[in-house]
Amino acid sequence: MSEAPCIAIKQLSKRFSPLGPLVLDSVDLDVAPGEFVTLLGASGCGKSTMLNLIAGLERPTSGSISAPKVAFMFQDASLFPWLSAQRNVELALELRGVPRLRRSIEAARLLDVVHLTDAAHKKPHELSGGMRQRVALARSLAQDREALLMDEPFAALDAITRDLLHEELLRVWRETGRTIIFITHNVREAVLLGQRVLLMSSRPGRVVGEWSTTGQDAAALTTHITAELRKEIRRHAS
Amino acid sequence: MQAETRTTVPSTSGAPVTDLRAQPPTPIPDPDPGAHTGRELDAGLDALQQQAVPPIGWSSRVAKALLPLAAVGAVIYVWQMYVWLVRPRPDVLPGPAEVLGTLRDLLADGQAQAVILTSLERGFAGFAIAVLIATPIGLLLVQSRFLRGAFGPIISGLQVLPSVAWVPAAIIWFGLSDATVYFVVLMGAVPSIVNGLISGVDQVPDQYRRVGHVLGAGRWVLVLKIVLPAALPGYVAGLKQGWAFSWRSLMAAEIIATGGALGFGLGGLLEQGRVLSDMAVVMAAVLIILSIGVVVELLLFGPLERRLLRRRGLLVAGTS
Ligand SMILES: Nc1ncnc2c1ncn2[C@@H]1O[C@H](COP(=O)(O)OP(=O)(O)O)[C@@H](O)[C@H]1O
Ligand SMILES: [Mg+2]
Repeated sequence: MSEAPCIAIKQLSKRFSPLGPLVLDSVDLDVAPGEFVTLLGASGCGKSTMLNLIAGLERPTSGSISAPKVAFMFQDASLFPWLSAQRNVELALELRGVPRLRRSIEAARLLDVVHLTDAAHKKPHELSGGMRQRVALARSLAQDREALLMDEPFAALDAITRDLLHEELLRVWRETGRTIIFITHNVREAVLLGQRVLLMSSRPGRVVGEWSTTGQDAAALTTHITAELRKEIRRHAS
Repeated sequence: MQAETRTTVPSTSGAPVTDLRAQPPTPIPDPDPGAHTGRELDAGLDALQQQAVPPIGWSSRVAKALLPLAAVGAVIYVWQMYVWLVRPRPDVLPGPAEVLGTLRDLLADGQAQAVILTSLERGFAGFAIAVLIATPIGLLLVQSRFLRGAFGPIISGLQVLPSVAWVPAAIIWFGLSDATVYFVVLMGAVPSIVNGLISGVDQVPDQYRRVGHVLGAGRWVLVLKIVLPAALPGYVAGLKQGWAFSWRSLMAAEIIATGGALGFGLGGLLEQGRVLSDMAVVMAAVLIILSIGVVVELLLFGPLERRLLRRRGLLVAGTS
């Protein structure tokens, strides 16, 4: 990587309390501008903690993070229930400082990107889980940040919806050239989406494996990484 | 350390490698002809996954409205049967017909309208003042954990204290004037409204604040655009309870504090019935007080609260 990284993490460690367990242990990670990285690990290994640290929602115990302001997508869509889909997106534009007149046009355009023009005036509770996640995607695009952090955003969706959202996310990524860190505990999803797959260990969380997916056979790589992940989990069996 | 663990896996299947990410990211819109079918796929899936909420039919609405009326009818029936069969002294328990007659007389000579107007005016004015006082106090307490810790228990305590307990003090301070009545009403309503606002804010999921933070909201924007709208249902619940406390406190104050410069309200009518041992007037007054409480709830707070909750998907259609 010759370019300056978009996100640079050095020797990052995190404890939630001084005597608490070490959740993250000396993690190093560079993410290039425009790169799509997936972060894989068993649940509880510290994936969310890592994203929250990058987003500035938590403070590191030690180590350094250099990251631009990021957009964030949570596992539950986390839309505001009193606002329509359109207004949820407009709120993100407003907080970004987009003038009032341009907000509604821009929000309508972003909802069209995620194929939700017809649902623009519906409230979150009137939408299906997949539609809510697409609104959340539109909202994170409205933030117009160069990096997008996604914390298991499709984990709660059924397989058909998830497949569609995968295609949509890749399309959006290709169109916008955003830097993306995507968390999942699903190896297939990690290999399908990421240019680079990182495997995290649990207690303490470290990056213990890294694979480039470019030019690889997806099925074989999935099998290989699954074996590695299981080995990592089995380590805790005793 | 990840540099050493970088591994490559040879293609084992020999099948052509499909790689969606092979293209470098370009900011140019994707001219993929499949985009059109993607749109149709989404539309189809969306249509399948959204459950259509059937509008509540007229027949079920009418049934819902008739049910409480039937219950009222049953109560009147039992009352009438008791009067016919047990024949209590009419000055102890008059029958429904007699009470209705008294009510008609009170309405005919305009006395009922006058006392209702006096009480409603005071009730609404007192409630409005309570809202104006309680809202800023609530907002202040919500902002500061320190103030909330200090004053929260006092306000919860005041909410439990029956506001009639303030009547003697109020009479000593303000004499038999409207100020006495308003003071008692405020002591009843303000703590409820403050508490409603505080508990509304307490119940805002932390996730909303995190989302706000990620969206770039500063402290004040977060409060105005996210925390307060999210706390609105709690605030409205507090208003509803505040109204109930205003009305109760008002009646208590009117019964105890009569005469002097005080206007004559529903509580006064009730007290007059007692003094004259006119049980029919007493019961008519109770019925009026009860009906006003029910009507305000049915016409004002009920619809407001239901609309708010339904718009947030917090009320399942059909249970309203
Ligand atoms: N706010 C917190 N306070 C204390 N412990 C936490 C907190 N958040 C997460 N943890 C702990 O840190 C570990 C990693 O959590 P998390 O990052 O959510 O894992 P993952 O997202 O990989 O499932 C877990 O053991 C969890 O209990
Ligand atoms: Mg997590």
